[in-house]
Amino acid sequence: MFVARSIAADHKDLIHDVSYDFHGRRMATCSSDQSVKVWDKSESGEWHCTASWKTHSGSVWRVTWAHPEFGQVLASCSFDRTAAVWEEIVGESNDKQRGQSHWIKRTTLVDSRTSVTDVKFAPKHMGLMLTTCSADGVVRIYEAPDVMNLSQWSLQHEISSKLSCSCISWNPSSSRAHPPMIAVGSDDSCVTYGGKVQIYEYNENTRKYAKAETLMTVTDPVHDLAFAPNLGRSFHVLAVATKDVRIFKLMPMRKETATSSGPTKFEVQIMAQFDHHNSQVWRVSWNITSTLLASSGDDGCVRLWKANYMDNWKCTGILKGDGSPVIGSSGQPVALSAAGGSSALASQNALNGVMAGRYFFPPLDPPWAGSRYAHLLPPPSLIEQTCESESSRSQQTLLRRRFSGPALHSLPEKEGV
Amino acid sequence: GPGDLLAYETQYKPTGICHCPFVHVVRKDEDIYSPILRKLFNESHHIFVGLQNMKDDVPSKNKKHQYVTHVSKNYRSVIRACMEELQRVAASDIIPRWFECMFIRQVSILLAVELIWNLCEVLFIEAAPAGSLLLHLLDWVRLHKADVDEKAQEVLQSECPAEHQAYWDVPGGTQTLTEFDVKWRRWHQECDRCLQDNSFASHPHLELICKILVGDEDTLLEQREHLSTWYHFLVTRLLYCHPTVKPTELHYYAQASMDMFLDGRSAPEPLDSILLAAFEFDIHQVIKDCSIALNNWWFVAHLTDLLDHCKLLQSHNLHFGSNLREFLLLEYASGLFTHHSLWQLAVDYFDHCPEFGRVYLELQIERVPLDTERKALKVLRICEQRQMAEQVRSICKIMAKKALRNNRLGSALSWSIRAKDAAFATLISERFLQDYCTHGTFSDLDLIDNLGSAMLLSDRLTFLGKYREFHKLYAEKQFAEAARLLLSLMTAKIAPRSFWMTLLTDALPLLEQKQVIFSADQTYELMHCLEELTTGKVAPETELSMQEDNIEATKIELLRLALARNLALAIVKEGTLEA
Repeated sequence: MFVARSIAADHKDLIHDVSYDFHGRRMATCSSDQSVKVWDKSESGEWHCTASWKTHSGSVWRVTWAHPEFGQVLASCSFDRTAAVWEEIVGESNDKQRGQSHWIKRTTLVDSRTSVTDVKFAPKHMGLMLTTCSADGVVRIYEAPDVMNLSQWSLQHEISSKLSCSCISWNPSSSRAHPPMIAVGSDDSCVTYGGKVQIYEYNENTRKYAKAETLMTVTDPVHDLAFAPNLGRSFHVLAVATKDVRIFKLMPMRKETATSSGPTKFEVQIMAQFDHHNSQVWRVSWNITSTLLASSGDDGCVRLWKANYMDNWKCTGILKGDGSPVIGSSGQPVALSAAGGSSALASQNALNGVMAGRYFFPPLDPPWAGSRYAHLLPPPSLIEQTCESESSRSQQTLLRRRFSGPALHSLPEKEGV
Repeated sequence: GPGDLLAYETQYKPTGICHCPFVHVVRKDEDIYSPILRKLFNESHHIFVGLQNMKDDVPSKNKKHQYVTHVSKNYRSVIRACMEELQRVAASDIIPRWFECMFIRQVSILLAVELIWNLCEVLFIEAAPAGSLLLHLLDWVRLHKADVDEKAQEVLQSECPAEHQAYWDVPGGTQTLTEFDVKWRRWHQECDRCLQDNSFASHPHLELICKILVGDEDTLLEQREHLSTWYHFLVTRLLYCHPTVKPTELHYYAQASMDMFLDGRSAPEPLDSILLAAFEFDIHQVIKDCSIALNNWWFVAHLTDLLDHCKLLQSHNLHFGSNLREFLLLEYASGLFTHHSLWQLAVDYFDHCPEFGRVYLELQIERVPLDTERKALKVLRICEQRQMAEQVRSICKIMAKKALRNNRLGSALSWSIRAKDAAFATLISERFLQDYCTHGTFSDLDLIDNLGSAMLLSDRLTFLGKYREFHKLYAEKQFAEAARLLLSLMTAKIAPRSFWMTLLTDALPLLEQKQVIFSADQTYELMHCLEELTTGKVAPETELSMQEDNIEATKIELLRLALARNLALAIVKEGTLEA
C-alpha cells in the first residue's frame, strides 16, 4: 500500500529536481525560480523548509548532496552556465529556534560555456570530487584537495563527449576490482552519432579518463541515467531513461594479461526494456540495495520495477496522478486536484478494499456482506507479477508529471530576469 | 517490499493563475508502523533466530521433526495473539471509528495468514499420513469456522450417539488403517442400506442425518450456510466419504469440492487458490500466490524459511529453494530497516542470509540516521561485531564532522580517534590549541587527560596530550618533571614551531620560582630554542603587525631576562658544594 504526503513546495516556478540526502532526513528542491530550498524532516515525519535562497541567475536544473562525511554540502547547476557548491553553517541560536539554517556559497565553477545540465558528486571513496556536464558536451571533474576547505576546487579532468550532455552517473562501486567509472547521457537529437550513452573509465597509468563503451542501441535522447548500487557483483547495472526504460548489464571482459593499458572492454546486455510509460521517460532512480527501480514519464506516472529471484524484471507498482492530461492542464483546476488529491486519500483508502468477505469474519460479529478490507489487492509484491492491473489504479498517490519539452536548453527561459 | 521513500515532483505549466507546485513523499508498507503488529515482528524475530540456531543441536530426525512442528505452532500462536489483541482494541472504544476499519482489516489478514499457515503445517510439516490426515484437517477446519457451525455439528452428533460409537474410533489408536477401512466400509454400507430401505422415511430429520452420514453430496451442499466455506465442505465430505484419504489424493477432492460448493455463484478468490495449491502440495505456488496477495513479506519469508529448514523446498523440486528463502528474507528485512527501531531486528535476518545478507546489511546500516550519540553507538556496535571496518570508519567520521560543525571539540575528537582518522584528529587538536591560546583554558579536559595510546594517532594529538600533561604536572607542583616535559616538547620537535612562543611563555613561571627548577643545561637549551625562534624575523609591514611585534619584543625581552637570571642561579647552585 502506498501512502503519500504532499508538501506545498512554495517555489514560484517549475521544480526541476528533488534530491534526498544520504540518510533520507533532508531534501533539496531546485526550480526555474532560480532558488534552492532545503527541507528537513521532523521526528513526527513532517517536512519543514529550513532554507530557501537564490542560487543562480537562471533556472536551476539539478541539485545534489555530498556524502555526510564531508559535512552538509550541496551542489547545484544552472542554465546560467555555472555550478555552485554550498555549505550549511551552524547559525545563531535564534535561527535554530525559528528552524532556519544558513547556506553559504563556497565556490562557483564557471568553466562551462553553456548551460550546465547535471552535477553529481563522485563516490566518497574517491575523495571530495564534483562532476558537471554541459549542453556543449563537456564533462568536467573537479576535486577539492582539502576537504576542510570547500572554496578550493581544481579542475582535474575535462572530457569532450562530442554530444550535448543531459545527465551523468557515477558507478558507486568502491571495489578495487573496478576503476572509477562514469556514464554520460546525451539528449542530442542528432541521429548521426549512434549511441547516446557513453561510459568513461579512469586509467591508473595515463591518469586520465578514457571512453570505454558507447551503448549503440540507445539512439534516442537520454534524459537520465543511474548506476545501480553494486552488491559485490562483478558486473554493473545501468538504468537509462529515454523513450522507454532500459536496464543494461555491463560485464567487464577479462583483460589480456600483457596489456593493462586501455580501458576495460565490456560485454553489454540488455536486462530489461519497458515501454509502459508509452512516452518519454524522464527520470530513473534506484533504491539503496538496487532491488527496486523507479521511473517517471510523460504519462504522469511513476512506475516501480523489480527483479524476482529468477532475475526477471517486472513492474511492481504504478503511482498515478488524478488523471488530468499531462500538458496544458490549463482549463483544469490542477492545483485543486493536486490539493484535493491529498485530502481525498483518506477516503480512498476506505473504498479500496474488495471481495473475499466471507473468509474474514471476526468471530465476534456476524458476517459482513462483501466485507471491504480484504487487502487481497495485488499490491507491490513480486514473484512474477505483471502490472497491467486496473487494481493498481486504486492505489493511491500520485503525482508526477513532468512537462514534456524536448532538450532542456530549449526551454523558455526567463533570461536576465 | 522495502518501504523506501520516494520523493518526486509535480510539475505543470502554470497557466495564468499562480499554482504552487507540490512535492509528494510516498511511502510503502505502512504496516511496520502499526504498534500491535510490532509485537508480531518482535516475537517472530525471536522464533526465527531460535530456529536458525537449532540446526546443529538436534540429533535425531524425529526430534528435529518435533522441534520444527513446535516452531510452527509457536509462529501460529504469535499470529493468534496479535489477532486477538487487534480484535480487542477494535472492539473497545479506544480508537476512532475510521481507524477501526484498519484494525478489522488487519485481523482479516491475520486470520487468512493463520488459516494458510495451519494448513501448511498439517500438510507439509506434520506431513500427516492417511488416517491421521483427516483428523488434522478436522482440527484445522474446526479451528477456523464460526461458532454457529460447531453448534450445528453438536446437534447432529447428539442425535444418534450409538451409531457413531464405532465410527469415532479412528485409526492410530488400536487398529491399523486397513482394519479401520474395512469396518468403515461395512458401516457405510449399512447406512446406505437404511436409506434405500426407507427406514427413516417417517423421520425426515433422521433421514437427513443419514444422508449426511453416507456423504450424499447434494444433501451436504444443501447445508451450505452451515458449512460456510468450500474447504469445510471438503473436509466434511472426506469425513463421511473417504476418511482414510491419502495426502496424494487430496487435490482431487479439493478441486471438486471447490467447484461444487462455489457452483459458479462466485469466482474463486486469491485465498481459494492458495488453499488449493496447498492441497496440491505445490509449495512454490502457495508461496507465489501469498506473495502477491499479501502486502507484507512477513508471512512468506517466515514460512519459506521454516519449510526450508524441513528441507521441503528441495524435495519439492525447488532447486532454487534456498535462493527463494534468502530472497524473501532479504525483502522482509529490508522493509524493516526503514523503521526507526525495528531495523535492529532486521540485522539478525541479514546475518542468516549467507549470500547477500552481509552486503545488504552494509548498504542499509550506513543509511540509518544518526540522530543521537546513543543510536550511533548502537549502529557502531553492530558494525564492529561484524568487522565492517569501512562502515565503522564512515559513521565515526560523520559523527566527528557533525560534532565539529557544532563546535563540540571533545566529541569530535573522540569520534575521530574511533574512526582512526589522523588528519581529522590533527585538525581538531589544532582547534583545541587555538582555543587554549585564545582563552587560556582547555575544554574537554577529561577526554584529553585520558587519551592513552590513542594519543599516537597524530603528531598534533600527541602534542596536545603531552601539553596537557605538562599542565597537570605543574598543577601538582611537580615542577622538575613539568620543566623536563616542557623542554622535551620543543627539543624532540613534538611541538609545532608556531606553538613554541606559548611554551616558552609557559616556562616563565617556572623560571621565576624561588628555587631553581631548570638546570643550567636545560636553560641553555631553552635559550637555544628562543634564538631559533627569533632569528629570521621579518621587519613589520603594517601598523597592526608593528604593534604585535612590539608585544612580541617585550615578551622576548622578558624571557631573555628570566633565562639569564635562571642561568646565573643555576650555575651557582650547581657549582656550590654541599656543606
